Amino acid sequence: MSRFFEVVRRDLRLALRQGSDSLMVVTFFVLTVVLFPFGIGPEVGILERVSAGVLWVTALLASMLSLDRLFQADYEDGSLELLVLTPTSLMVVVMGKVLAHWLTTGLPLLVAAPILAVLLHMNSDGFTVLMLTMLLGTPVLSLIGAIGAALVLGARRGGVLVSLLILPLYVPVLIFGVGAIDAAVQGLSAEPHLLILGAMLAACLPLAPWATSAALRQALE
Amino acid sequence: MSTTESLPPFTGTALGCIRGGRAVFAGLDFSVAPGEALMLLGPNGSGKSTLLRVMAGLLKPTTGKLAWGQTALRDEPELHAARTHYVGHHDAVKPVLSVAENLRFWARLHEPHAGRAAGAVDAALARFGLAHLRDIPGKMLSAGQKRRTNLARLLAAPSPLWLLDEPTTALDRANIKVLETIFAEHRAAGGMVVLSTHQDVDLPGARTLHLDEFSVITDEDDDQ
Repeated sequence: MSRFFEVVRRDLRLALRQGSDSLMVVTFFVLTVVLFPFGIGPEVGILERVSAGVLWVTALLASMLSLDRLFQADYEDGSLELLVLTPTSLMVVVMGKVLAHWLTTGLPLLVAAPILAVLLHMNSDGFTVLMLTMLLGTPVLSLIGAIGAALVLGARRGGVLVSLLILPLYVPVLIFGVGAIDAAVQGLSAEPHLLILGAMLAACLPLAPWATSAALRQALE
Repeated sequence: MSTTESLPPFTGTALGCIRGGRAVFAGLDFSVAPGEALMLLGPNGSGKSTLLRVMAGLLKPTTGKLAWGQTALRDEPELHAARTHYVGHHDAVKPVLSVAENLRFWARLHEPHAGRAAGAVDAALARFGLAHLRDIPGKMLSAGQKRRTNLARLLAAPSPLWLLDEPTTALDRANIKVLETIFAEHRAAGGMVVLSTHQDVDLPGARTLHLDEFSVITDEDDDQ
């Protein structure tokens, strides 16, 4: 367990010292969302209708932007070999790295989302549910993204490849994330959608680190 | 390093490895007992690095098996990792972390008793002549200093088996001498050293393994 926190602490320290990466993700998120009112016009009705979808699609893309640095730098400087040779399950190391990734990318998105929701005239009934879907959904994005990031290690143009691999897997998160917000805005219960998102998170928590570990070992062969 | 005396020997039997469709070596046996050193020799591409990666557990051998005494490696991979230090071609030094932070992370990851690691980190840095650089970020280091930071892991978190892939690369003569002394001390305390090298490293009484003796001549070459 202490090894888990060592990895989290080191990755957070690296992210903070390099700074720009997690800032870039939020900036991308904000700028892209701000483009929509320019693109589709400022009518309140239309913006309100698309707000949930726009926020979630943009969050998916923003979280994907940061995936390449999850393992790539460690792969290039030899750290990954030593991480794999840690005298513990590789899943522990992977979980630590994914948690640090979520704290530096998912969490800033979660904080920025309600502000952007105001910009898109989202109905205020949807705000709580928006936060809940982000809270359940963004960790799933980091977990699934880690599999893709590990699979493309060593490939040229890994960034493009990872989006092809990962975006289809992000679709369920998108559907139920948007579904929950739409249900809440229309006065229906968002609970079923939230439960499914929670189930996705519960399934990804053990499965994604397991798959990521296998992919990392493969990358070093 | 008090428990190392009671360790069984680390052995490999009938090891063979195929990389990218080419058999790198086959029918290779080795054995390293506590206090012993094994030097891997051979021309470029003869499989020294591959064998070290197999020994470390990064690569699975295509045939044969590795074992500690009677216990096969694949039955207890975590125990093997705890007993082993692997130093590869890359130095795993993060540019934005200081020398001490880099080393402390790897030491604690290997051996989580942080209190012990804290003193050990400074001692290891001093031993490799890096004490004055402890707060310097990794990006300011020269190649030799990075290498020494990586090698300092060997002392910061003790493990009996050292697997070193050309550890003297980028080191000057004085530092190779330091490394030789450290090897001797490690072996005297019951440790084991396996290394590949192109330069002369003085390892008294080390056994040598010539990798080219185990190379495989295949019929595939006839196709060309």
